[in-house]
Amino acid sequence: MGRGGSRATGAAAPPWHALPDEVWEHAFSFLPTAADRGAAAGACSSWLRAERRSRHHLAVANCYAAAPRDAIERFPAVRAAEVKGKPHFADFGLVPPAWGGAAAPWIAAAADGWPLLEELSFKRMVVTDECLEMIAASFRNFQVLRLVSCDGFSTAGLAAIAAGCRQLRELDLQENEIEDCSIHWLSLFPESFTSLVTLNFSCLDGEVNITVLERLVTRCRNLKTLKLNNAIPLDKLASLLQKAPQLVELGTGKFSADYHPDLFAKLEVAFGGCKSLRKLSGAWDAVPDYLPAFYCVCDGLTSLNLSYATVRGPELIKFISRCKNLQQLWVMDLIEDLGLAVVASSCSKLQELRVFPSDHFGLGVLTERGLVDVSASCPMLESVLYFCRRMTNEALITIAKNRPNFTCFRLCILEPHTPDYITQHPLDAGFSAIVESCKGLRRLSISGLLTDLVFRSIGAHADRLEMLSIAFAGNSDLGLNYILSGCKSLKKLEIRDCPFGDKPLLANAAKLETMRSLWMSSCLLTLGACRQLARKMPHLSVEIMNDPGWSCPLDSLPDESPVEKLYVYRTIAGPRSDTPSYVQIV
Amino acid sequence: MSVETDRSSTESSAASGLDFEDTVLTLRLPGSSSSSSSDPDRKRASTSDPDRRSPVTESPPSPKARVVGWPPVRAFRKNALAAAASKAKFVKVAVDGAPYLRKVDLEAYPGYDQLLAALQDKFFSHFTIRKLGNEEMKLVDAVTGTEYVPTYEDKDGDWMLVGDVPWK
Repeated sequence: MGRGGSRATGAAAPPWHALPDEVWEHAFSFLPTAADRGAAAGACSSWLRAERRSRHHLAVANCYAAAPRDAIERFPAVRAAEVKGKPHFADFGLVPPAWGGAAAPWIAAAADGWPLLEELSFKRMVVTDECLEMIAASFRNFQVLRLVSCDGFSTAGLAAIAAGCRQLRELDLQENEIEDCSIHWLSLFPESFTSLVTLNFSCLDGEVNITVLERLVTRCRNLKTLKLNNAIPLDKLASLLQKAPQLVELGTGKFSADYHPDLFAKLEVAFGGCKSLRKLSGAWDAVPDYLPAFYCVCDGLTSLNLSYATVRGPELIKFISRCKNLQQLWVMDLIEDLGLAVVASSCSKLQELRVFPSDHFGLGVLTERGLVDVSASCPMLESVLYFCRRMTNEALITIAKNRPNFTCFRLCILEPHTPDYITQHPLDAGFSAIVESCKGLRRLSISGLLTDLVFRSIGAHADRLEMLSIAFAGNSDLGLNYILSGCKSLKKLEIRDCPFGDKPLLANAAKLETMRSLWMSSCLLTLGACRQLARKMPHLSVEIMNDPGWSCPLDSLPDESPVEKLYVYRTIAGPRSDTPSYVQIV
Repeated sequence: MSVETDRSSTESSAASGLDFEDTVLTLRLPGSSSSSSSDPDRKRASTSDPDRRSPVTESPPSPKARVVGWPPVRAFRKNALAAAASKAKFVKVAVDGAPYLRKVDLEAYPGYDQLLAALQDKFFSHFTIRKLGNEEMKLVDAVTGTEYVPTYEDKDGDWMLVGDVPWK
């Protein structure tokens, strides 16, 4: 902390702490992450002032951690905001409907305090048509709308966006539940509207006026990402591609039709014209006969999502083996070990692999072998999501040795409590190897038969781990204690069906305030412990969820009552007021 | 000892404190003993009752005995793959006065009565089923009492009354 320059020329430069805010704001614009900016803001009051007034992007990882008004007051210059709502396990049906996570308060506050807002992104939240109408009406410079795993809106809301957002560049709808109002929302983009760069309506379950879509695609010369839904027939896909050969990212929607050589030729020509295509997805119900129409783009592809394509091994292999530059691959387990061996030998630049389960019970030709092969031959592989039916400690140890650079490792063995299928031992040794070897691991999901030992390893070694998902694992309270007393960087912990009780929770109450959230369901918690936790930690919101069909005032229940679902998160906003009857805040 | 699959049992056990030492819980498959009726609500209760502390099953569980939310696959993906696999016959249903269309899978229902029940479920705020004396079921507006007549457009473009033609 030196003095501001006393230069030889004698000109008196101001001391560093008296430099005008604009200088600091400019300096902070070089800080790469929000965490860095947060750290800078904590240094002194003038940095705090400069940083918060120049923050343009705000990510609110838990919509209940702070009130919308607080966020807007603190960061008045935000142009892009991202808000997340429901707990992650809501994705798997563990959170009953009407839990919360409404986007409306955020949009209302933003309409008031951030009139120049350009981008909004919501994940796992309830977004209504009124919300979308408000967005269209409130932000004259609105450019980007991204909705991921949201629900509560319909095509009427989309119509409001189309009609009202004159500067819209991106409309990105990922895996939302959208009601069909039979409104031709696409036709509401005015003829003068040409600014679209991203259009993703792949999750929309309804008809789309193809002519309108074609006109839209034709006049939006900057369109780079187009992801279609199931309603677009194959021959129309070909026409669309010919109108937008500049596409970088394409979601084909449905990819099936009876084979016809003319249509095949048309598709081949259309794909041949797409010299910039790098990312491909969709291919729902892909008919293998048409896959070769894609061959001409394979070499350029960096990302391939065939996780909805029920194409079996051989055709899949022929296709993927041509994609030498793949960095990201999402497939179904229909690829089998054989297919993954081909991926291993063909895709040396692979960084992320996700293998999803198909519903083919008992087939079992995707085993630990596939993952071992890929981890051995793809040196840049750092992120894995793998659903399989069997695993061994040896395989995991090999994988850990091959790939110490994993940042995300999620293994889901489909049957709970499955041991090493050769030795019948728990998979403790395998997962321990992973956390010991992969020092940069940020996200981990474990499965299979696991004892408290694995948690000892995770607690001791996983220093950079931020998110941990546990299911059907552990023997006793010790397991949870290892995690909560270790794992220095832990932010999100989600646990289901484990024999963890009150003691480790209470013993590590302070840890919970250093984390974003904790989810525990079907464990051995009692109401008494939750009450104690809430009393001890006033900055935590302790939410208990009961069976929605039965709501009984918490106050009347004794301490020994079991708690089926617990969701704890830190907050500066106090208890939320929008809980449904089956959620009670202790 | 087996878990009773009706809802009231779950409620009372939660209130009184579940016996955690009991590891002999088993999940009875629907239709195996007491639930021999085809009441869809009953089946739903049994499939959603989480198999808390059961021992590892020896054989692959049948689909109905799977644990809630497992494997951890998003509902969106599950529904999409199920729709593709089942060759479901989805039709869109519009009700006068309701803002949203609903999709109904005709393959999922064994007969007209079940279809009517499903329509009631999906448009619950609009009507309820009234059973007439002669066992005929009609869809009636819950508030005004006016009758809704389900109709559909057949492949010739004619409007037909639902129920005229045999279910198949």
